[in-house]
Amino acid sequence: MAKHRGRGVATINYPIGMNLGGDPSQALVHSNPTGKFSVALSSIDLGQGMKSVTRQICAETLGVPVEDVYVDTADSDTGPHCMGSFASRGTHRVGNAVMAAAREARAVMMEAAAEELEVDPGDLETDGRGSIRVKGAPHRSISVRDVAIAAQFRQGRTISGRGIFLVPLSDVDPETGEMSPATCYAHACLIAEVEVDDETGEVTVLKMTSAYEVGRALNPRLVEQQLVGGSWMGASHALYETPEPYYPDTRDGPRDFGDYLMPGPGDLCPHDISVLERPAPDGPFGAKGIGEMCANPVLPAVANAIFAAVGVRIDELPITPEKVLRALKARGGAAPARAR
Amino acid sequence: MLELRKEIFADERDDNLKEVGQPTQRQDMLGHVTGTSAYYDDHRLAGLLHLKVLRSLHAHARIRSIDDSAAARAPGVKRIIRAADVPVNLNTLLSLIQFGKDDEPSLATDVVRYKGEPILGVVATSEHAARQALDLVRVSYDPLPAVFDVEEALKPGAPSVNAIYPKNTFEYYDKYDHQKLRFGDVEAGFAQADLLVEERYQMSPIEHAPVETNGSIAVPDTNGRFVVYTSTQALFFSLDTAAKINAMPSNQLHFIGGTVGGGFGGKVDTLTEPLAILAARLTGAPVRYRLSRHEEMQFGSPRGAERIYIKDGVMRDGRILAREVRAYFDSGAYTRLSSYAAVKCAAHIPGPYTIPNVHADVFCVFTNRTPSTAMRGFGVTALDFALECQMDKLAVAIGMDPIEFRILNAYRDGDMKAHRREAKNCALIECAQVAAEKANWPIREEFRRMSSRQGGGVTRTGGGADRTPARVTPAATTTGPPQRVAYERPAAAAPAHPPPPAPPRSAPPAAPAPAGSTHGAPRFSSVFGTRRR
Repeated sequence: MAKHRGRGVATINYPIGMNLGGDPSQALVHSNPTGKFSVALSSIDLGQGMKSVTRQICAETLGVPVEDVYVDTADSDTGPHCMGSFASRGTHRVGNAVMAAAREARAVMMEAAAEELEVDPGDLETDGRGSIRVKGAPHRSISVRDVAIAAQFRQGRTISGRGIFLVPLSDVDPETGEMSPATCYAHACLIAEVEVDDETGEVTVLKMTSAYEVGRALNPRLVEQQLVGGSWMGASHALYETPEPYYPDTRDGPRDFGDYLMPGPGDLCPHDISVLERPAPDGPFGAKGIGEMCANPVLPAVANAIFAAVGVRIDELPITPEKVLRALKARGGAAPARAR
Repeated sequence: MLELRKEIFADERDDNLKEVGQPTQRQDMLGHVTGTSAYYDDHRLAGLLHLKVLRSLHAHARIRSIDDSAAARAPGVKRIIRAADVPVNLNTLLSLIQFGKDDEPSLATDVVRYKGEPILGVVATSEHAARQALDLVRVSYDPLPAVFDVEEALKPGAPSVNAIYPKNTFEYYDKYDHQKLRFGDVEAGFAQADLLVEERYQMSPIEHAPVETNGSIAVPDTNGRFVVYTSTQALFFSLDTAAKINAMPSNQLHFIGGTVGGGFGGKVDTLTEPLAILAARLTGAPVRYRLSRHEEMQFGSPRGAERIYIKDGVMRDGRILAREVRAYFDSGAYTRLSSYAAVKCAAHIPGPYTIPNVHADVFCVFTNRTPSTAMRGFGVTALDFALECQMDKLAVAIGMDPIEFRILNAYRDGDMKAHRREAKNCALIECAQVAAEKANWPIREEFRRMSSRQGGGVTRTGGGADRTPARVTPAATTTGPPQRVAYERPAAAAPAHPPPPAPPRSAPPAAPAPAGSTHGAPRFSSVFGTRRR
């Protein structure tokens, strides 16, 4: 009786947004009279960071500090239409809509500033710290706050913008499946190291090493949050969870977290993540979506690592100790596939 | 630990940005960590009523009679809601995008098709009173034969789950019982292959397991409108679904959501809003309808099970010549969103690899179980599990390193994908190279030098000599030269059959930085330990 270690790998890609497109999102951006911006959305923040990502995109596009932007989500009376928070579409679709709205608002802001400074709008730039200045003559500047006050009370302009992003719906050829499923894809490779106890059948995930290509990491902390959380979900899917333990038999379904198995904090393993950025031509600052893909490579990488450790293939999820033991018994014991 | 590898693809990016790329703290962080963020259920309303539904005890049965007279007289009960009270009882979620037929009632009428299907609602002054009243409802059933296995459900003579789709499969394009993908000629590919590997994979269902279960509160507002506080993942999707079921103009509904306690796909189905609104309308009072944990676990729509068969033809030098996939999505008793996932699955086949001959049939199958729905990676997660386990088996079968095997077959810019779109913006090879480097997983120099940006869409015969573009269009199914000619990769060295030495490439691909060279790479860790530069 012994514990055996093995490593397994998986490489995947993931399509961004609803399959075939046809899933629009809109955004409205406007300034209050003192130069603070609101983004109105009907998109949902599930915890993934929708508010924060769109806030940074809006601030970058407007050229103002992120503190001067606030994102309001999910009121159908004030937020324009969004298809929803799913299909890894939030960053890509909503981000692009916010970017378009912010561009329109920025154009008005620059015109208002130009009128105050008596220059051409094309000669102005934002400094990203709350001021607008003449290119090459930074002493000639005006604060965004003063621009907003002037626009509101003197010029009669609304510093606001509308944005929508839509990938047109693709046809599908019924005979061949020819279609345009997505405009961009994110990528990943994940290596899982596991330990398999050949006496109990228990599998412990010891370490994950991964590389994710995400287009652009708009906020590295949110990327990390997604990738770590997702890998945890993947390990849980691979080894623990199911509401139908004897599928397709429907017996013995769990009723609560007492008998629905999931890993606890003590089962979390170190995860060494590298992030690559190959910008998507149609992504906001090149960004793709990572919401869904981050659980996917973990499942096969763990299964492949189990094979490397003890030489058995478990092709049915979840890979419970019972399945491991039965497979080991059928095989006549553990036989590490190869050292790696 | 997270490391940004800025040096890779640096020439494709403008990194001169101020706010984008910063590890800015989330806008909603303070509320979340202090427990003060408001969720749908944090609205305390005077006179709030509670809706609970009676659920079927059988997986498949005809309802002979329902006696709710005792329940209607029970303490605290304000209203019984029956199927006949629902203005538009039959719906399918994707009718909003004109996909599929209305097949699912809000409350069952004559037949129940899964254990736990809602039959009748009770609105009472407390959840406890509603549950007590539900115990007094008498339903008389005639059990019907049920089917739980996707392949059993497709056999002749299997019990028909849903009369809208009598053959137990979703109908694609009004003529097929599955989604097709056809590219090249798999039979020709199998005939040429050195080895065939055929396997079966089964993914069991899983539960989204959000901390916050599905729920909503509908509040009668002034002027005939209703405010709905909701946990939905898709505000207008749920609003429009609720408007359809209640036969109301959409502007009579004011949905408020935005902060959700975990979704993962399980809060798109609009399980509670339509009946909560109906109950508020019928009682004139605010009504909350939320799923208990037991309901969420068993009846709140899981990620569906998928069964996937893969047959591959592979050469000993590592090239995959043909891949055939047959996949079955277990949709449960109703469509919900599974019909969509089957198309997405077909689009994802054969995975991120360039394979000249691909054939796939993907079925959305009805069985007598809780309808399944979207979950993180919908249409893709199970397929990725099957494909990547299969890739590992192929690598073992031909004695090749599994990472080198993937790099060899990885799609590259300019390659033609099976759904007949050109691959672009690829980065699979680079991810594999970086992960291997970080994990000290040795791969050979030629694989460390390969690039997603080079060698795609052209005849890859092992060197720089032949760069003739050879856009691959699938050959006619019966005639023509062997298809793989247009797809040849540099033959990788497999131990058993060392290939002739490859001539040097005319233009060495951009290689990722060597191991250990992470100079200038910002490092962050908000989850493991502290952030450092």
